[in-house]
Amino acid sequence: MRTLDAVRVALRALAVNKLRTALTLLGMVIGVAAVITLMGLGAGVQASVEEQIRTTGTNLLFITPGSEEQARGQIKDLGSNTPTLTLEDSEAISSLESPEITGVSTSQTAWVSLIGPTGSAIKTQVLGVTASYFDVRSYSVSVGREFSPQEMRAASRQIALGSGIAEQLFPMGQALGQKVRLNSHPFTVIAIMEETGTSGWQNRDNSALVPIKTMQTRIRPNQTIRGGNLVDAITVRIVDENETTIAKVKDDIGTLLRGRHRVENNDFDILAQQEFIEAIGEVTKTISIFLGAVAGISLLVGGIGIMNIMLVAVTERTREIGIRKAIGARRRDILWQFMIESITVSLGGGLLGVGLGALGTFAGSGIGGGEPSSQGGPPFSSLSLQLNIEPVMLALGISASIGLIFGIYPAARASRLNPIEALRHE
Amino acid sequence: MNSGNSRPLIEVEDLGKTYSMGHIEVPALRGVSFDIQRAESVAIMGHSGSGKSTLMNLLGCLDTPTVGKYTLNGEDVSSLGEDELAVARNRLIGFVFQSFNLLPRMSALEQVELPLMYAKSNNRQQLAKEALELVGLGDRMRHSSVELSGGQQQRVAIARALVNKPSLLLADEPTGNLDTTTTNEIMNLLHDLNSQTNVTLIMVTHEDDVASRCKRVIEMRDGRITKDIAQLQP
Repeated sequence: MRTLDAVRVALRALAVNKLRTALTLLGMVIGVAAVITLMGLGAGVQASVEEQIRTTGTNLLFITPGSEEQARGQIKDLGSNTPTLTLEDSEAISSLESPEITGVSTSQTAWVSLIGPTGSAIKTQVLGVTASYFDVRSYSVSVGREFSPQEMRAASRQIALGSGIAEQLFPMGQALGQKVRLNSHPFTVIAIMEETGTSGWQNRDNSALVPIKTMQTRIRPNQTIRGGNLVDAITVRIVDENETTIAKVKDDIGTLLRGRHRVENNDFDILAQQEFIEAIGEVTKTISIFLGAVAGISLLVGGIGIMNIMLVAVTERTREIGIRKAIGARRRDILWQFMIESITVSLGGGLLGVGLGALGTFAGSGIGGGEPSSQGGPPFSSLSLQLNIEPVMLALGISASIGLIFGIYPAARASRLNPIEALRHE
Repeated sequence: MNSGNSRPLIEVEDLGKTYSMGHIEVPALRGVSFDIQRAESVAIMGHSGSGKSTLMNLLGCLDTPTVGKYTLNGEDVSSLGEDELAVARNRLIGFVFQSFNLLPRMSALEQVELPLMYAKSNNRQQLAKEALELVGLGDRMRHSSVELSGGQQQRVAIARALVNKPSLLLADEPTGNLDTTTTNEIMNLLHDLNSQTNVTLIMVTHEDDVASRCKRVIEMRDGRITKDIAQLQP
């Protein structure tokens, strides 16, 4: 039998039981659409997480007080759980004058209440920062100016507002030069920061900046027994994100800080942004695969549906098979007739499923799109699902294979029927 | 087909078929031998269990014998594989069944095209039309089987059996489901085709008057041939 004839025969048989064909098709459509949409979701999460981290730059190292070993309780030195990272440490890192280090910034965080002219209080995060913070963390002033060196030294009561905070405190605009009360101290607004959206693990738009000295003297005085000023984080910008550069700088800083803290084991942690991205990438990739696998189960169910219905069809059409064999159909003619039926259903379902999945992907991208809310919306407020060609090809390939795999047993059964017995079948 | 017309179309030598049902061997055909010449018309008669259906299945290349030799058109078909038998059925044999065995939801024309489809023939529609005209259904080609009477359905089946121009037409109680008038029409058609196209006609029947119209009658009992009579035409 010619292939075209075989296809025609198969399509005709499918057209006879329209409802049955449609329901079997639906099983495949749902499976494939689920694979496309969920893999799109996975890829979207991965891309948006990485994008958000990248906005702050990838060539950064973060030093935070307390080490992993300390957290696990493996080090039991007296007082080892006391935080030890200080502003002076960051100055020491700067004075290393290492060619790999292009900038060092320090920050200390406090939760405060801010009151604007309207009198409503906002609980928010304020960061005391060094002058280098703006540069190192790629965070620039939108309206106004950065803190001057005198202001940094004098611990002046000046504040730079994140764009979200500014909007909340000054809904009418005109924030510059106005006074806000921070824990009931009056501060002058000297800058509104650019809008950055969610950045990795924090939303900078909803925080405010003050000089670090202001933080340490007026908001959250916090000193070590030796008189050092404790900080929450030191950020080091390095020339590139090569593994060797990262390793060398980590080593240099580790040696320096251990010496300064007079400890043998790290009482701080150094994490490269690059490592962070890789770690997140691993996690999101796993999530993608997991989502795809879950969707794959529904594809499997669709395949079982095809097999089931094809077995029914073979039984129903036993006599037809007998007649066809009597007039000259060979095994492979019967085999192909039924294989083409199952592949047509699975591939047709696959195509429709890709269409539906693409629609789902675009619809999913719309959800929570647009402006991230100034209230600090969900962490992935502007998540965009990604429709890639790979999952589409994969889904079509898989659905064709499902037709093949789940169709071959019923078709083989049909082709092996004994013509005499098949002709006797009622 | 070029094996010489002097040779009989069918040569059967000590043909036997035994079915095994569990541990029990059931002999259905206990060694029969005969030749059938081209353009002959033969009626096979016998009670159920006489082995005539088994013989028809073997002659129709639907089954293979346990012992013996069956030569069809000069070729030993007793040792052929399943696909080769399918090709032989397609090219050399046409089947007419008691219950017509048309496929559902197909027009007469499409039914008759089927054997051509499996033969990968060109010009299928034309050949199918000619076959339908030959059986007198030139005006019913677009009708599906449910729109045709029993006699007309059997004519479609005969057209389907003949469309590949086979050497052998096997009819298994072709009039078993038909009334007397229609039986006569179908018998006339089969015998006309037999004499006009020289197709060899072998039919199984229970009816004496149907058998009497064939040139030769073979009677069977318990898997053996009991009578093989050439009869004079009325």
